Amino acid sequence: MELTINGKVHQVDVDDDTPLLWALRDELKMTGTKFGCGAGLCGACTIHINGNPARACLTPIAAAKGAKITTIEGLSDTGDHPLQQAWVKHNVPQCGYCQSGQLMSAAALLANNPTPSEKEIDSAMSGNLCRCGTYPRIKAAIQDAVQYYNASEQQEKQGGE
Amino acid sequence: MTDNTNAISLVDRRRFLKLAGVSSSGLILGATLPNFQPAWADIAGTAAKDKSAAPLNLFVSIAKDNTVSIVCHRSEMGQGIRTGLPQVVADELEADWDLVEVVQGLGDKRYGNQNTDGSRSIRNFYTTMRTMGASARTMLEQAAAQLWSVPASECQARKHRVHHSASSRSASFGELAELAATQKVPAEDTLVLKTPANFNYIGKPVATYDTPAIVQGKGVFGQDVILEDMLIASIERAPVLGSKVASVDDSAARKISGVVAIENMDGGIEPPLFHPLAGVAVLATNTWAAMKARKALNIQWTDTSHASHDSAPFIETLKQRVQQPGKVVTKYGDVASSLASAANKHSATYSVPYLAHASMEPPSATAVVKDDHCEIWACVQVPQATQQHVANALGLTPEQIKVNVTLLGGGFGRKSKPDFAVEAALLAKKMQRPVKVVWSREDDIRHDYFHAAAASHFEAAMDDDGQVTGWQQRTAFPTISGTFANGVEHPSNGELSLGFADIPFDIAHRQCETAPAEYEARIGWLRSVSNIQNAFGVCSFADELAHLRNRKPDEFLLELIGEDRHIDPNQGNFEYGNHGASLKDFPLDTARLKQVLAATAEKADLSQKGDHVQKAGEGWGIAVHRSFLSYVGIATKVAVENGRVAIKEMHCVADVGLAVNPDRVESQMEGSMVFGLSLALMGGINMEKGAVTNSNFHDYPLLRMQQSPKMSVTLMGTEHAPAGVGEPGVPPVAPSITNAIFAACGERIRDLPVNKHLQLA
Ligand code: FES
Ligand code: FES
Repeated sequence: MELTINGKVHQVDVDDDTPLLWALRDELKMTGTKFGCGAGLCGACTIHINGNPARACLTPIAAAKGAKITTIEGLSDTGDHPLQQAWVKHNVPQCGYCQSGQLMSAAALLANNPTPSEKEIDSAMSGNLCRCGTYPRIKAAIQDAVQYYNASEQQEKQGGE
Repeated sequence: MTDNTNAISLVDRRRFLKLAGVSSSGLILGATLPNFQPAWADIAGTAAKDKSAAPLNLFVSIAKDNTVSIVCHRSEMGQGIRTGLPQVVADELEADWDLVEVVQGLGDKRYGNQNTDGSRSIRNFYTTMRTMGASARTMLEQAAAQLWSVPASECQARKHRVHHSASSRSASFGELAELAATQKVPAEDTLVLKTPANFNYIGKPVATYDTPAIVQGKGVFGQDVILEDMLIASIERAPVLGSKVASVDDSAARKISGVVAIENMDGGIEPPLFHPLAGVAVLATNTWAAMKARKALNIQWTDTSHASHDSAPFIETLKQRVQQPGKVVTKYGDVASSLASAANKHSATYSVPYLAHASMEPPSATAVVKDDHCEIWACVQVPQATQQHVANALGLTPEQIKVNVTLLGGGFGRKSKPDFAVEAALLAKKMQRPVKVVWSREDDIRHDYFHAAAASHFEAAMDDDGQVTGWQQRTAFPTISGTFANGVEHPSNGELSLGFADIPFDIAHRQCETAPAEYEARIGWLRSVSNIQNAFGVCSFADELAHLRNRKPDEFLLELIGEDRHIDPNQGNFEYGNHGASLKDFPLDTARLKQVLAATAEKADLSQKGDHVQKAGEGWGIAVHRSFLSYVGIATKVAVENGRVAIKEMHCVADVGLAVNPDRVESQMEGSMVFGLSLALMGGINMEKGAVTNSNFHDYPLLRMQQSPKMSVTLMGTEHAPAGVGEPGVPPVAPSITNAIFAACGERIRDLPVNKHLQLA
């Protein structure tokens, strides 16, 4: 089967019911997307399908056929997505295992809603567990990235005038 | 050649032995110059990117391009140790942090203890790391002196170069490295350590080394290891301790495409130690096939004596037992007569359920076995114990087992038990192919080494003035010792040294006792261990007494603690562990505890006295606890409305001594608050007929972002020697919450978790 991941077409030769998570990790050796629960309960496997957040552990590859899939490896070319920068600035990760999923959920949120309220952040991130307890820093980093986004948007507007 | 004797290493070894209180066998920390040792070459060669880097000692090698490779011999599981320890070495070395490459140490006894547990990586290795850095720095200076034919005393390392100011010459570390490696290793007593005023990195919030990789999904965890031609194993394990496979029908499983083999795993051994559990392993070319085929297995298990274990009635039984006279652990004065003659008395019984670690990364290990050699890649906290247990299982020696430690996606004590690495090694041997064992979340929750379910009972005698004159406490929980020996039913001294026999109260008549508890499931260390139930009991009961006497909880606690003094819990006929440290170096200092208490109380509005503010439905609770040589206070504000509790704010005040990396200390305290919130509000493993009924995060929930309160961390006491960080934040969290709930609504929660009594908002 053909999968389009981070702008590249890949061939995978596994059963149709195989979750995207295992196609990514086992077949394509892209291990940035993590396995935390296999049941849609932790968010460690969060990816984007056509720009929307999805749990790779619950998405059979058959359902991803023809879709545009983005994983943490494709969030930015060099790790400089505003959220990745904010994550570094706030020194967010502890063990780091949940962070691919946290970043992908946050990125989907900001892409669809550049000015989320605290409640909206809570609700967008509520499916992502962090056993290490980095929630306060994740929230601070997202809020920081929001400001960055808005500031640059502001600049763009001013530049256009 | 006696010249090659590394004086630093010998001193370290002696200090280490003293600190850890272990026998000297098998603990030699680089007793000879590393550059003549093939094993060293192996270590440097496998990890340092530049294979020609010159080794200056066991922990430091420097390449021509100026890269300084520093070994981190402890496991990284989110505490930031791959930053903290190397940052200490880099400081003494005068290295530029931007040119430092951190190299994960293999399992190797020359490093000394590598068991990343007990909140002791920094406190036990701070001075060792400084010495390693200073030694390498001195060798660089000696090399420059030789190069320029000037006295070494005139050469000074600064910011990755050695300078000779008289002649205005300087050379980079990279230029000097090769020559430095040939210098005589300086004797430890000739080394000059930097003064704190000159620290570049110690005490500074150096950014976490692995963060840039992690935010790009490039960190390699145990689950992420991929080897050529590797099989994936998913194992159905015996649901009840001691059970074995009676029969298995694998005909359906074998039909699933991708399945290569199905193998029985021996097990059912008691004591369980770190042996694999009995089970049936499905080996397949991908994880999904292995998991799917495993579901198609039909297995019958043998019966065991543990199959009658139900956790809920078990906890009730323990609660009954702790109300009866038990085995005396410590004794001060005459508690029986103080209780008999007391004007006022109060008693209460508390319980904590079994708990699972649920690290975000389920355990995983990959192994290759060839002839008499085995190589492992695993997220273990204990690389040397892994060598030992894998060697035992394969009939090899530990030296024949090479253990590569990956990043750990959380550990919390679960990954101190290398049973999963032994599984991988046994299967790799059988298959004669690389095998990765992938634990699922269900496996992790059902087959954990659980935190023990525990009950404790307290009785206090008070005189007419409200002074506490007698204090009786009793506890019962299945001991971790049961993991290593059959038939042990009372907690060990180690477990009783965690906030039980060492309560810091100045009460004339005081007695601590234990009652028996059967070992029915694998029990192990979980972040802060028995401090969890001990602090919950002690801090709750003290709060109950304060409210009964209509006193402000902080003032009442200050009185209970009494004068500034150093407490010696060995009085009272007890052998006190003090977390492996001497009481001389790390006294149990009531002054520090009281300072933390006062600062914690300041965060909380404890103006209400015993008459809790029921109308407002909001309340503050505090708790303070010393563990792992650190002093931590937590102040929590809750709101209770229509039987629903919301955590509004939580503040942590921590005296952990010198914070080598204050940002990572703060993050550990934040994490401890979240960990404590999870266990207090919603934690609980349930067992029926000996088997765990929980399976995943829907029935073993963890705190989520929207439940995570506003929080703060305040550090104090940094003039003291560095103490524990990873665990001591956890114990006071639960009682601060239940104390706050009482203040808010008058409901005293004595049996955790909170959600058995109140809904969570
Ligand atoms: S692994 Fe997919 S949600 Fe947990
Ligand atoms: S950083 Fe460890 S689980 Fe989130």
